[in-house]
Parts: sequence; C-alpha cells; structure tokens
Amino acid sequence: MMLMRGNAACPGCPIPREIDALLEVTGQKTVLVVPASCTSVIMGDTNGMPSSVPVVHSAFAAAPAIASGIKAALNSKKEDATVVVWAGDGGTGDIGLASLSGAAERNEDIMYLCYDNEAYMNTGVQRSGLTPYGAWTTTTPEGKRERKKPIPQIVAEHGVPYVATASIAYIFDYQAKVKKAKEIQGFRYIHLLSPCPPGWRFDSSLTIRIAKLAVETGIWPLYEIEKGKFRLTSLSKTLIDKSKRKPVLEYLKLQGRFSKMTSEEVKKLQNEVDEFWEEIQKID
Amino acid sequence: MVNVQEGIPIARPKIGSSGFTGSWRITKPVIHYDACTKCRLCYFYCVENSIDLQQDLYPKIDYDFCKGCGVCADVCPTKAIEMVREVK
Amino acid sequence: MQVESKVIKGLVGNHAVAYAVKQAKPQVLAVYPITPQTTMLEKLSEYVESGELKAKMIRVESEHSALAAVYGAALAGSRVFTATASQGLLYMTEMIYWAGGQRVPIVAAVATRAIASPWSILDDHHDFVSKRDAIWIQLMAENVQEAYDLTIQAFKISEDKRVLLPVMMGFDGFILTHTLEKVELLPDNVVDAFIPPRDFNLIDFSDPLGIGQVASPEDYIYYRYEAQRSMERSREVITEVERDYEDITGRKYGLIDCYMCDDAEYIIVSMGAWSGDARVAVQKEREKGIRAGLLKVRTFRPFPKDEVKQIVGKSRGVVVFDRSVSYGSGGVLANEVKSASYGLDVPIHSVIAGLGGKDVRPLHMEKVLDDLALNQLEDERWLL
Ligand SMILES: Cc1ncc(C[n+]2csc(CCOP(=O)(O)OP(=O)(O)O)c2C)c(N)n1
Ligand code: SF4
Ligand SMILES: [Mg+2]
Repeated sequence: MMLMRGNAACPGCPIPREIDALLEVTGQKTVLVVPASCTSVIMGDTNGMPSSVPVVHSAFAAAPAIASGIKAALNSKKEDATVVVWAGDGGTGDIGLASLSGAAERNEDIMYLCYDNEAYMNTGVQRSGLTPYGAWTTTTPEGKRERKKPIPQIVAEHGVPYVATASIAYIFDYQAKVKKAKEIQGFRYIHLLSPCPPGWRFDSSLTIRIAKLAVETGIWPLYEIEKGKFRLTSLSKTLIDKSKRKPVLEYLKLQGRFSKMTSEEVKKLQNEVDEFWEEIQKID
Repeated sequence: MVNVQEGIPIARPKIGSSGFTGSWRITKPVIHYDACTKCRLCYFYCVENSIDLQQDLYPKIDYDFCKGCGVCADVCPTKAIEMVREVK
Repeated sequence: MQVESKVIKGLVGNHAVAYAVKQAKPQVLAVYPITPQTTMLEKLSEYVESGELKAKMIRVESEHSALAAVYGAALAGSRVFTATASQGLLYMTEMIYWAGGQRVPIVAAVATRAIASPWSILDDHHDFVSKRDAIWIQLMAENVQEAYDLTIQAFKISEDKRVLLPVMMGFDGFILTHTLEKVELLPDNVVDAFIPPRDFNLIDFSDPLGIGQVASPEDYIYYRYEAQRSMERSREVITEVERDYEDITGRKYGLIDCYMCDDAEYIIVSMGAWSGDARVAVQKEREKGIRAGLLKVRTFRPFPKDEVKQIVGKSRGVVVFDRSVSYGSGGVLANEVKSASYGLDVPIHSVIAGLGGKDVRPLHMEKVLDDLALNQLEDERWLL
C-alpha cells in the first residue's frame, strides 16, 4: 500500500487507488508533484500524509516547472528517481497548459499524469476546458456547449516520446503504461479518465462500472503513442468495428451530469465518437 | 532522517491521515465468504486501498478506514459482498 | 584576513552579478528574459554553455515557471539562482510567496524597473517593494560593486541554518545593470571558502516528506510566526556575514549605511543607486553649512527598525526619497521609516521621485534638503 488508507478522498473517489497503482510500479524512488486540486486535500495536512513517497505541493500552474527543477537537482546529485506530476484536468489543460507545454517542448525527463475528472472538483464542480459537451457543472447549469479540449493530442504534437490514455477500470493496462513510461527517457504523458461520484452525480459504488463503460462505449479510447506511433490497447483494440461498441447513452445515463441532454444532443455526441473512431481507423 | 529545521512546514507518512474514515460509512460491505471465489477484484478495485488479502487469499475489509462507497460490492462478479446499512 | 590578489575589472551590473553567481556555483538556474535583466541571463547562458559554470540552465517558458523550477531544485538540494524585473517579478509573484512560505534558500536578483501600465522599461522600485510581505530577505545595492558583493553574501545568508529564507538582491535597472563600473572581484577559491557547501535538502527517499501540505489554522499561524522569527534572527546573521565579508574585502556593509550621520541635523533616507547622488547632495549641503547626512537602507527586509530609529532620533528633520508609492497611503520607504520612528518627535517628510525612470540629480536632492532645513518642505512632495 503506497497510498495509505484513511485519506480525505470522497467515498468512491478513484484517486487514491490511481496513485497507489502508479506508485506500485514507479516504487519508493518517486517524487509526486501535485498542483492545487482534490489531490492537494487527499494528501492530508502538516500532521500526516497518505503518501509513502515524497510529495511536493505546487501552485496551480507550476507543477511541470517544479518537477523540471527537482529532476535537474536529482540529476546533479546523480540520484536516479522518477519525478511524476500528478495533476487534475484543470491544472493540466487550463491554467497549467503553458507550463506543461514548456516542459514537453524541453522534453524534460519527467512523467506527467493527468487524472481527468472533467471539471474543477476541488472548488466544487466548475467547468474546465476538459469538461465534455453536454455535461452539467455549477458554471454550465444547462450543460456545456463546447467540446472537450484534446490534451493528449496536444501533448503528442510536441513530439514527446510517450503519450497514453488509461482508465482505472483497466488497471493492468494502466500499470503497463506506467511501467513503459518509467523506462523511457524524456517527457512522458499519461491521461487517466477519473470518474468523480459527486461531480458526475452518480452513486459512489459505480466508479469502476462507469470508468469501464467509458471505454466500452468508445468515448474513452485506450491507446498509446510511442515515439509517434499510435496503437490502441486493451479492450479498445477490439472496438474499431462500431458494432462492438456499446451506445454512448449507456455511459451517459448512469450520470446525473448528463441528465439534461436531449436525444438530439446525445446523437450529436454519439456521432462525434463514431467520427473519432473513423479517424482512429485511418491511423491505426 | 532529513534534518528539518523547526518551523519549516512538512509532513510525514501516516495511515489514517484524515482519521478513522470508517466513521464516514453509512452502509457497510460484508463479505459472504461462501460465495467468494478469491478473484480479488474487490482488492484490486478498492479505491480506498482498504481491502487486504489474507494468507489464504480471501479478502478482508479494514473497517477502520473503509468509507462504505460500495465499489467492492459493485465489482464482485459473484455478488458475494453485501452492503448492509449501519445503524449508528 | 584580507585578500591580497585583487582582480579589478570593468563590468556592467548584470555581468558583475552573473560573475558572482558563477563563483557561487549554483547547480540549477532558470531565468526568463526581461529588460533590463536580459544581459545577465545571456552572460549566465554563456558561462553554462562554455562549462565555466557547471549548472543546469532550465530554459523555462515564463517567470512563473522560472521560480517554480528553481524552487523544485532548491527543495531537492541544489543551490539555485534566478533573476527578473518588473512584469516578470509580478508574474512570478505566486511562486515568490510560495518559496518564502516554505522557507527555501533561493537567491534571486531583481533589476528594478517600473511597472505597466503605461509601459516603461526604466527604473523605479515598485516591483521590488511589492514583495515585501512575501517572507523574503530583500537587499538593495547602491552600485555595481555592491551588487556583486551582495549577491555573494546572499547565498550565504539564505542558506544559513538560522535563517533558511530566500533572498532577493535588488539593483536599479539600467542605472546599475547597464553601467560599466570598476569592480573588485574575489578569487574563486575565496568565494568557495566564504560560502560553505549547501546543506539543505527536503527530498530524501528514505524519509519521504510532504512539502507544502495543507495546514490547519493552528499550524498555519505557527509556521508564519516561525517565519517572522527567522526574519528577526536573520538580522544577526546578515550582520555576521557582512562582517566576515569585510574581513576579506575591507568593504564595510551592514543593514544600513550612514554617511555623515553622526552630527547630522537633517537626514536624507534612500535606497539603491541614487544613494550615490544623495552622498553628493549631502556634501554640497555641508559646504553650505547645513549639517546633512545620508541614511541608506541596504536591507529592506528585515527592515532595520532599531538602526533607523536611532539615527532619526538624533536628527531635527528627515526626508525619505522614494522610487515607489503605496497609492492612497504614501512613499513606501517613508512609511517604513515613519513606522520605525514611532514615538519620536522628529518630522519625517516624503519625496516621491524617479518613477518610470524620471531623472533625479544631486541638485534635486540638495533643493529638498535646503527646504527641509528652512522648514519649507511639505509632508509629501512629488518631483514631477
Ligand atoms: C491560481 C489559482 N487559481 C485558482 C485556484 C483555486 N483552485 C484550486 S483547485 C482548483 C480546481 C482544480 O481542478 P483540477 O485541476 O481539475 O483538479 P480537481 O480538483 O478536479 O481534482 C481551483 C480552481 C488556485 N488554487 N490557484
Ligand atoms: S470531488 Fe471527486 S475527484 Fe475530488 S475527492 Fe471527491 S470524488 Fe475525488
Ligand atoms: Mg478536475
């Protein structure tokens, strides 16, 4: 147990297990750099933290730069360790995007994990650039009108050696990707879809089921881009054929945040997903 | 040990950094071992990392910290885990 | 023991500071260009590329990231340096507070410059003084020599176990950064001996720490109290470090500098480069028979309250020259001097001048001192 029980995460929140699974692979010689997010709170307080590896908290926009500095210092001491940024979607794709892009462009030797719960959860469910189309948040009470910002693709365009998506429901696929990333030198990016019971409005028992449905419906494809080469992984490998994918509605209907979507809007989203897979078919 | 000067804010690792989170529970997962096939899915998916594997590989829930989210019951393929309302 | 082998070179301020940084041997640097600091970054980049300075220069995409990067490196045990000015200092503000609150040894040079809007690349002190509450020691140099000397001292002060605070070394943009002056440089081995190896590291895999954790109200105020105490302790350490430095160089430093203060009736208070002009003005006043003196504030944080009060207390009138204003309140340094002089019955006047690079000469200061002696100086005067 690398991330210890009895932390402040909400019941059903996958973050503690996601960090635990990460650390099971990267091991004791890992530094976690955590910008403002739910994880800042999950990490406890000055009286104790659940992490069994060093944790460096960061201002909201600064984590990739702090990680770059830590890595430089460890290198100068000839200390070999994995420096990991563990950031939410807001810290990654909105306020921290410049810092992320800077670190990716410099090909810093760090691993970056974005756990994407598709909104600013720590501050009470406000929309982020990564909130998907149609989703309710407290700042999009009628549902978000814009599409989700494609961060993994944006990072991949920097030409970094490794980019992957992952899901806690496919934990071995996730850990295999972390393992691969650990062995690679340079900037490595893993984007983890991270269902949030209060923010997505579902019962806390459904976290894994929903994470799984995201993959099964094709709305969250699992893939990796290694040295520019795209490859579907795990269940997603079998989903190119549309008939193998469950309707997106099955994923949406379990979550209160999509309850205001009209059937038109659901259709629109389904079409976008299908188009995305057609694109994937072309590259794969 | 790192020699940290008094007055510099730091923390060290601790189980239960937010206390005995078992007190948050409304419903309690109870494993019916006769139905358990030792598939360990509950152990892998316990999001709070509050399930241990015993020597015989049967799972055991740490009620001091289990928050009662119900993920284990939902992922259990044989429905061996029952969520029981806790009266407090 | 004074150093025998003195090397004297003509250097602009930015290059003198870069030279001091090279001699301090930081392992990690991260600097983002901004006028008038940029030529320092360029010089440091040359040192790193040529191998003269064995350090990693992280070529960050912003000042926020510049300070973030050196903050991370400092936590993991590296000696670090960054530099900026004006908009850049404001842009890194969040990280300035972060580093101060965590009490991590960092040295940052600030080539002072006015703040937009409207744009100005010329000197004033608004950037520097805006960081007075960020738990940083703030030193301000008068000339290129002092900028070099204070940079070397800054590393030692910052890393002292009794202190452990980041240190900001301010020096006036263009007036010092781009002016060629004769500088006496210390030999490398003397600097090596002066600054002991850094012994500060919070990242250790055998004793994992959480750094920057949430603090309860009880803990938060306790840590802030400790920060204040460490600021207070730093007075003694700064004085000690400067005494050691004097032993080597013969150059006398201290929290404040006094010029002809002993019998002075009228005191001009200043900070930074124009203290040189103030010296000239004081001489002129003396020639006219007006007993003037200069009190130069070298350490803005911690503020030398006792020293200032003592000098002010012996005088009949004080005028504080400010290159920065707390709008709606008054000159920033003037407010500090007034607060330090609480309880004294000495009039303290404020002059606001030099904002956005507006030229100020000894003659202007002389006129102000004349008016002070004639009891004709307003509480606050702007030299427009
Ligand atoms: C500069 C700054 N702006 C705003 C905040 C307030 N804030 C803290 S966390 C947060 C949202 C974090 O969202 P995300 O990165 O998605 O992480 P999550 O909380 O969802 O895990 C915000 C807006 C802050 N701490 N710092
Ligand atoms: S709000 Fe969501 S992401 Fe944040 S701790 Fe709770 S469940 Fe986890
Ligand atoms: Mg989020």
